[in-house]
Amino acid sequence: MTDLLRLATAGSVDDGKSTLVGRLLYDTKSVLADQMEAVERATQGGGDPDLSLLVDGLRSEREQGITIDVAYRYFATPTRSFVLADTPGHVQYTRNTVTGASTASLGVLLVDARHGIVEQTRRHVAVMGLLRVPRLVLAVNKMDLVDFDENTYWRIAKEFVGLTEALGYAESDVVAIPLSAKKGDNVVLSSRNTPWYEGPTLLEHLETVPVEGADHTAPFRFPVQYVVRPRTEDHPDYRGYAGLVAAGTVRVGDEVEVLPDGQRTRVEGIDTFDGERDAAHDGQSVVLRLADDLGIARGALLAAPGSPEPVTEFDATLAWLHEKPLRPGARLLLKHGTRTVQAIVGAVTHKLDTDTLTVDEDPGELGINDMGQVSLTVSEPLPLDPYDEIAATGSFLLIDPQAGDTLGAGLVGRPLVARPLQALEG
Amino acid sequence: MTAAAIPTTGTDQLDALESEAIHVMREVAGEFDRPVILFSGGKDSMLLVHLARKAFWPAPIPFPVLHVDTGHNFDEVIDFRDAVVARYGLELEVARVQDYIDDGRLAERPDGTRNPLQTTPLLDAIAEHRHDAVFGGGRRDEERARAKERVFSLRTAFGQWEPSRQRPELWNLYNGRHKPGEHVRVFPLSNWTELDVWRYIAREGVELPSIYYAHEREVFARDGMWLTSGPWGGPGDGEEVRTLSVRYRTVGDGSCTGAVASTATTLDEVLDEVRESRLTERGATRADDRLSEAAMEDRKREGYF
Repeated sequence: MTDLLRLATAGSVDDGKSTLVGRLLYDTKSVLADQMEAVERATQGGGDPDLSLLVDGLRSEREQGITIDVAYRYFATPTRSFVLADTPGHVQYTRNTVTGASTASLGVLLVDARHGIVEQTRRHVAVMGLLRVPRLVLAVNKMDLVDFDENTYWRIAKEFVGLTEALGYAESDVVAIPLSAKKGDNVVLSSRNTPWYEGPTLLEHLETVPVEGADHTAPFRFPVQYVVRPRTEDHPDYRGYAGLVAAGTVRVGDEVEVLPDGQRTRVEGIDTFDGERDAAHDGQSVVLRLADDLGIARGALLAAPGSPEPVTEFDATLAWLHEKPLRPGARLLLKHGTRTVQAIVGAVTHKLDTDTLTVDEDPGELGINDMGQVSLTVSEPLPLDPYDEIAATGSFLLIDPQAGDTLGAGLVGRPLVARPLQALEG
Repeated sequence: MTAAAIPTTGTDQLDALESEAIHVMREVAGEFDRPVILFSGGKDSMLLVHLARKAFWPAPIPFPVLHVDTGHNFDEVIDFRDAVVARYGLELEVARVQDYIDDGRLAERPDGTRNPLQTTPLLDAIAEHRHDAVFGGGRRDEERARAKERVFSLRTAFGQWEPSRQRPELWNLYNGRHKPGEHVRVFPLSNWTELDVWRYIAREGVELPSIYYAHEREVFARDGMWLTSGPWGGPGDGEEVRTLSVRYRTVGDGSCTGAVASTATTLDEVLDEVRESRLTERGATRADDRLSEAAMEDRKREGYF
C-alpha cells in the first residue's frame, strides 16, 4: 500500500528552494533522462548540473530567473507518493503561500544557514500557521557554506521551534533538518558532514510523517454537488445525492441534518460505481440515498445533527489575492462548499502588518497580499464551521460578480486576531 | 482488446486521485450548462470517460464527447473510439482538420505534422456547440508549462491561456465563473502521473486501443523515434523501414507520434516498462514537443489542449 502526502514548500529569494525541489526529484529518480539532458544543456558554464532548472517552468520565469506562480511537482518512493506545491516566496507571497498551504498536510520552510530565520520566514510561518497546516519542517539549507557548524544549526532550530510554539504547534509536529540541497546532504541520504545530527533526512521524514486526514472522527459534513436522477429503465425512480465527504464519517442508518433548512432524515444507502458501502469518510466521493425526499438540490449541506446554526452575519479572516482592494460595502459572491451566495463586506477591523507581524486596527481596506479581519453579511443563511475546527466547511472564496475573478480566500472565525502572532516579532 | 483487471497494491493513493477527479467532474456538471469531454480514444481521454461513468452512476454520462480529428489516425484508435461511443451511448462531436485544409482555412505544414493545426477546429467546435466547460486529460507531470496549470483553467474567447490571469485555486473550491464567449478547460487528471494512470488502468481493467500494447509494425527511425507510414507520408531518403515489435505510449497525430520498441503485450508488462522507463512519455514519443524548450507553453497560449 502506498499513500499520498500533499506538501507545500516556501522560502525567500536565494534560499535554494528550486535546487532543493530539484534535488528531491533527482534523488528519488523522478527525473527522466530527457529532462536531465535538457538541464545539462541549459546549465551555464558546465560543471554540476543546475538542478533548479528542473523546476523553472515558464519562459518568462527563466528569462527573469525567478518563479512567479505555484507549481505542482510529483515524486514517489516505494512507500509513498508526493504532491508538492512549490510556492515562490518573493512575488505575491501571501497569494502563493495561502494557495499551496490550503491543501498541504506538511509545510517545508527553507532558510539559508548563513542568515537564519529572516522576516520572510516569519511571514511564511504566520501564513502556514493561520491556515493550520498540520506539520512543519524547517530545512536549514546551505549548511556547506557554514562548514556544517553544529551551533549554527541549533541556534536556528531553537528559534524556529519557539516561533511555531507561539502559533500553537506541538514540538512533535515540528522538525528542523540541517542540509545542503546543492550537495545533497541530508536530503535523501544521511550526511557524513553532520555526525552530530541524529534526526531523519528530509525524505525519510516525508516518508514517515503521519498523513493528516486519517482522522475520520470529526463531525460529518457533506456538501451536495449534484443530484443523480437516471430516469432509465433500470433505475426509473433512483434519486441520490453526489458529493465528496468534507469531514468525518457517515454510515448507513445515520441521521443527518439538511442545512440550511434544518430538516432531518436518515441515510438509506451509500452508493458507488463499484458497489454499495456501509460507510464513507472524508476525502471519498460517494452518492448518498436518503429515506425522505426533501427536495434537496446542489448547495445543500448534509451534516451530523447538532451542527452550528446557519448564519447570515459572521466574522472571517481574509487573505486578499487581487489587485483590486477590498473596501467596506463591497458586494461580492461567496462560494462555500457547493453553494454560492451574495455577500456584503462590513467593517475591515484588523490587518496583519507583514513587516512587524503585529495586528493593526481599523486599516480601512485590504490590498493584494494583505491578511485581515472582516465582518460579512450574506444573502442566505450559511452552515459555517469555525475554520480552526473544520477547515473544509470553515473556508470560502470571495469572487468578483462581474469579472469572475477569485478575489480572496476566507477563514471563518477570528483566527488572525485570536493567534498571538506578536510572538513572531523578530 | 479486453483487459483483465489486475490487482495492484497502493489502492489508497489511487482512491484519493479517483475521488478528486470525480469531485471535479461533478462540480462541472453542477455549475456549467454545456460541458464536453475531449475524446480521442487515447488512454487519458479513455480514463476521463471511465471516471465520468463512475461519477454519475447509475445515470449515464451527462456530457457529449468531442474528437478533434487530424485526419492522421491510427485505424485501431478510430475503431476503438466508435466502439466506446456506441457501448456507452455517448453523443460524438467531430471537428475535422481535413475539412479546414480542403477549403483552405488551414494550410498543411511543410513538415506534414497536424497537431498544431488542431487548435482552430477545436475553438470553432467549442463556439459552435457553445461549450462552456471542456474536459481535457492533461496532467501537470507531463511538461513544465503544465506544472502551473489550474484544474479549472480559464480561456478567453480566443481560447487563449493567459498565465497571469489564472485564478488561485484553494482547498477544493473551484471557481468556474466566466463571461459569455469565455470557457473553462477542466483537467480532472491534474495530479496524476503517467505511472498512476497505468496503475489505475490496470486496477480498473480500463479498455484501451490495441496499439498501446506491443505489436509488429513497419517503422523507420527519425529524430530518435520510431515513426510509421500512413496517409501522412512515409520514410524519406535513407530512412530504412524495419519491422519491429513496438507499442505507443501516447496517441496523437500519426505523422509525429512515435512508437517505442517494446515486447509488453499485457498490462502487467506495460506497467513494468513504465516503471523502468528513463524518458518522459512526451519526450519519447512526441516530435511536436521537441520543437523548442517552450513549445508547449506557446501552444497553450494559442488555445491548444
